[in-house]
Amino acid sequence: MIFVGELADLPPGESARVQGEAPIAVFNVDGELFAIDDTCTHQDASLSDGWLEGCAVECPLHAACFDLRTGRPSGPPAKKPVRTHQVSVDDGLVYVLESTSVDAAVEGVS
Amino acid sequence: MRDITIVGASLAGLTTARSLREQGFDGRIVVIGDEEHAPYDRPPLSKEFLAGTSSEDDIGLTEPDDSGLGVEWRLGRTAEALDTGERAVLLDDGERITTDGVVLATGARARTLPDSVPEGVHTLRTLDDARALRKELVPGARLIVIGAGFIGAEIASTAVGLGCEVDIVEAAAAPLQRALGTDMGSVCGRLHARNGVRMHLRAGLAELIGEFRVTAVRLEDGRELPADVVVVGIGAQPNVEWLADSGIPLHNGVLTDERGLTEVPGVAAVGDCANSHRAYTAESMRLEHWTNALQQPAAAVAALLGREHAAPAHHAVPYFWSDQYGHQIQFAGHRTADCTIQVEEGDLDSGDFLALYVDGAGAPVGVLGIDRPRAFGRWRRRLAGRL
Repeated sequence: MIFVGELADLPPGESARVQGEAPIAVFNVDGELFAIDDTCTHQDASLSDGWLEGCAVECPLHAACFDLRTGRPSGPPAKKPVRTHQVSVDDGLVYVLESTSVDAAVEGVS
Repeated sequence: MRDITIVGASLAGLTTARSLREQGFDGRIVVIGDEEHAPYDRPPLSKEFLAGTSSEDDIGLTEPDDSGLGVEWRLGRTAEALDTGERAVLLDDGERITTDGVVLATGARARTLPDSVPEGVHTLRTLDDARALRKELVPGARLIVIGAGFIGAEIASTAVGLGCEVDIVEAAAAPLQRALGTDMGSVCGRLHARNGVRMHLRAGLAELIGEFRVTAVRLEDGRELPADVVVVGIGAQPNVEWLADSGIPLHNGVLTDERGLTEVPGVAAVGDCANSHRAYTAESMRLEHWTNALQQPAAAVAALLGREHAAPAHHAVPYFWSDQYGHQIQFAGHRTADCTIQVEEGDLDSGDFLALYVDGAGAPVGVLGIDRPRAFGRWRRRLAGRL
């Protein structure tokens, strides 16, 4: 488990970046927390700097959009999904459980 | 509408085909491309591809899903004329493709020097251009870049990384002047000096020296800069000459309304070749931006098919980026003649900042950021609020 921080420091619409084996971005979408790989699969950019729109984040550089629930890109320029990770909150503290790989079902459609 | 022909097989053309299917068009789609290659992405050509860190596979735009598009490709074929009466596109091999709708996505090509040039002189626009240039940028090679716009700046940056010695020759008083203005152009241009690239400003090119292969560049003030390789980066011009007799209104590209439709029923234009009315500037502009080529087709397709199309508001704000010497430069909006600069974050001297372009009435109309993607994204959307 990777410690992210206090939930109070991650209000709705905000994001945080933590270092796992790879950098991970954690988002608060109207109270629901999501975590995906932080690096856009199109080109080196940090998705935690991106724009939240519902359950999607738009890469801050080239507008690739990823679904926070599945990690799938919604269209170009990104072709490959990002990994999704489990987020848990314990006593007001946020943790991420890093996945080992991209969900096979998702990889199949990339 | 049963048949649609798309002329141009780069980002705008491919995106048009995808948009047609996404919006329910189930008729025949023919896509004509004058290069032999399947659609590929151009931004990496001056950066990762040139540096050798991205392969041809990496920059390919088509995905496995695209086989489901059911597109009839005509690659390596050039459209030579458009018969608007029958909406027929005539190809260089004599084929005549008659359809109900035509989308012009022919892009732009690199502007070249008026005279023939010796070997070792390049432009960079296509995959073949990039392949040829990549072979020449060996460690120690002396590269002269003519033109300090974005393409020249990115090539200089990549070449430095490859161990070349680089000079840039620019006629204007500042690099990136046309896009960013003199002050911000100068600020961004400092990246070159920091990375050991020599900049020659207000310097005109007199001639290229070298009988078979280029050996030097002579400037108008008489100076001679030795060169092994020269890249000419002096802008691009739209590929619209083939439409000269078609009756399609042309002026710096194909004139279209805001949705991408021309005056001729059933004919639209998208991407670099389209000079479209833009709500953001309240005037027609041809945008040679990747983002425009990606976003414009959906609107044009909807208009052709008679459908409603609602794009996110910030799509109306012109946007481009550049990667140079490991820094990300982003610009959105536009620059008016009476603009002043207001630094919002960071400072200009450190080269890490976010600056607004503010018009004479005090309204922000553009935003420029270096390595400030998060704040830049917020401002890009705030600018959309002007509409």
